[in-house]
Amino acid sequence: MNRSSTPTRQYASAFRGLLLRDFRVLRRELMPFLLRVVMNPLLFLFVFTYIFPRLSAAAAGSSGMSGAMATGGGNFGTVLLPGLMAVAIMFSGIAAVALPLATEFGITREIDDRVMCPLPVYAVAVEKVVFSALQSILAALIVFPLAYFIPSTPVHVAVHNWAFLIAVLVLASLAAGALGLTIGTSVKPQQIGLIFSIVVVPITFLGCVYYPWAALGQHIRWLQYVVLVNPIVYMSEGLRAALTPGLPHMPEPLILSALLLSLLLLGYAGIRGFLRRVIG
Amino acid sequence: MIVDIDGLTKIYDGKPRVVAVDDLHLSVRRGGIFGLLGPNGAGKTTTISVCTTRARPTRGRVLVAGVDVVASPATARINIGVVPQYNTLDRSLTVFENLYFHCRYFGLRHSEARVRSSELLAQFHLEERSDAYPQQLSGGLAQRLLIARAIAHRPAVLFLDEPSAGLDPQSRIAMWEGVRALHNEGITVVLTTHYMEEADELCEQVAIIDHGKILVNDSPARLKSSLGAQTIYQVQLKRRDDLAPLIARLKSLHGVSDVEPTPEGVRMFAQSADGLLPAIVVAAQEYSLSDISITEPTLETVFIRLTGRDLRE
Repeated sequence: MNRSSTPTRQYASAFRGLLLRDFRVLRRELMPFLLRVVMNPLLFLFVFTYIFPRLSAAAAGSSGMSGAMATGGGNFGTVLLPGLMAVAIMFSGIAAVALPLATEFGITREIDDRVMCPLPVYAVAVEKVVFSALQSILAALIVFPLAYFIPSTPVHVAVHNWAFLIAVLVLASLAAGALGLTIGTSVKPQQIGLIFSIVVVPITFLGCVYYPWAALGQHIRWLQYVVLVNPIVYMSEGLRAALTPGLPHMPEPLILSALLLSLLLLGYAGIRGFLRRVIG
Repeated sequence: MIVDIDGLTKIYDGKPRVVAVDDLHLSVRRGGIFGLLGPNGAGKTTTISVCTTRARPTRGRVLVAGVDVVASPATARINIGVVPQYNTLDRSLTVFENLYFHCRYFGLRHSEARVRSSELLAQFHLEERSDAYPQQLSGGLAQRLLIARAIAHRPAVLFLDEPSAGLDPQSRIAMWEGVRALHNEGITVVLTTHYMEEADELCEQVAIIDHGKILVNDSPARLKSSLGAQTIYQVQLKRRDDLAPLIARLKSLHGVSDVEPTPEGVRMFAQSADGLLPAIVVAAQEYSLSDISITEPTLETVFIRLTGRDLRE
């Protein structure tokens, strides 16, 4: 049998094996994956950027979505494009890490098998985050054309800095995976449904997904400060700065630092939780 | 020695504080089938968990194939195959893929992993179920796949934690045959069990463990022929006050080595001898003898002798 000669090579091939396994499972479950990614933004866009503008246009020309549309001179479609991508990234992180972990820790204890791989236990957790990040990026790329083509008003997209866009995508996706890891390891498997209502939904609605962060400053200043603890804010704002810079957004260095900090904090908490759960 | 356990202690700090393993010393020689026998809660699973890097010891050192499992768990796992008590098969993968990806985790290339997986499917008679998912397998088949997967990377030691739990008698015998076949291939097998007959049937060496400590450690044959392994006579009496004269009288009978009171009456340890049974009946008559049960020398009698308890209590 091939014994890898060095620990590094041994770890690398175990890590690669875990990724290959995840790719195999994803390939088999591609259809559910696509449906999961597409459904939420599709309906959201259809209702708020297709149906609503037509309804309000019919209602004597007064713009029904004027509040949102007024924000920074963009229209609601432009506000939503980065926001919905951020939601897709975050949801993928939770769906790819937290939900499977709930089963693996719970009924099946499948995690015990993965933990017996010849690599450090924390690397098993890191692999989950990395693979989830790949799914998040894929999800964001799938949402982009939806958010660009469905709205009935034009969506203003302009990428001035590709390196920044890629950095935001990668950091946000990794942070989403780390968030999934933290949730998956810190709650009891039976409570995972509850977590959706009390964590996932609030951080989405208060994640500057449906409005730019700057717009809060004009009207609800206290909320503008409160939402700063929410990592989704930096995902939305990061994509806003990268894709729709015509709208007001946070300064770019602040976004990158905050995303990095979220990744480190959530990654630390998640890996610690993972080790605690699998090693007696 | 392929497994070397030195002063292993595991304490679970909680309410109440539990000393699961208490300064345990144990060595397993290469190539044998070793049984860790004890009642539920004796510390068997904890010991196996530490040996297989799944739990950290409070104190002590464990070497498997010369690798310290606490200091270098990732390296140690190359030498370790584990079949846990519960089914940890990957539910998202087919039977074949469970084996294939396990091989990949352990550094085999694509073609090598395919060949090894097919080999194992044949060896464990799982070829027909190659494309099935673990949920579709019966308990016995799932167990076979767990064992096949555990040895896929050719570990030096295979740890089986309560391998008979939940198996029907037929599957259990099939599992024993499988374990013997692995032994013939040169794999060291360490198993935990609370089935006496399993330890007796399979193991070349048995350590009896209770309250986190090893009580004895020897071959089943020697354990049975040793001081503890005698025929046990459980004598049930209706009158149980003032048993001392009876105990003294029974002790004086030929071949009887010990007599102790039990809640139902008395328990005698004796070399099986003709004429002993009538003598017991006569002696116990005035205590309203209601029943006598006789247990021939087995590991079970060794265990009862050592702990004063039945294994299944």
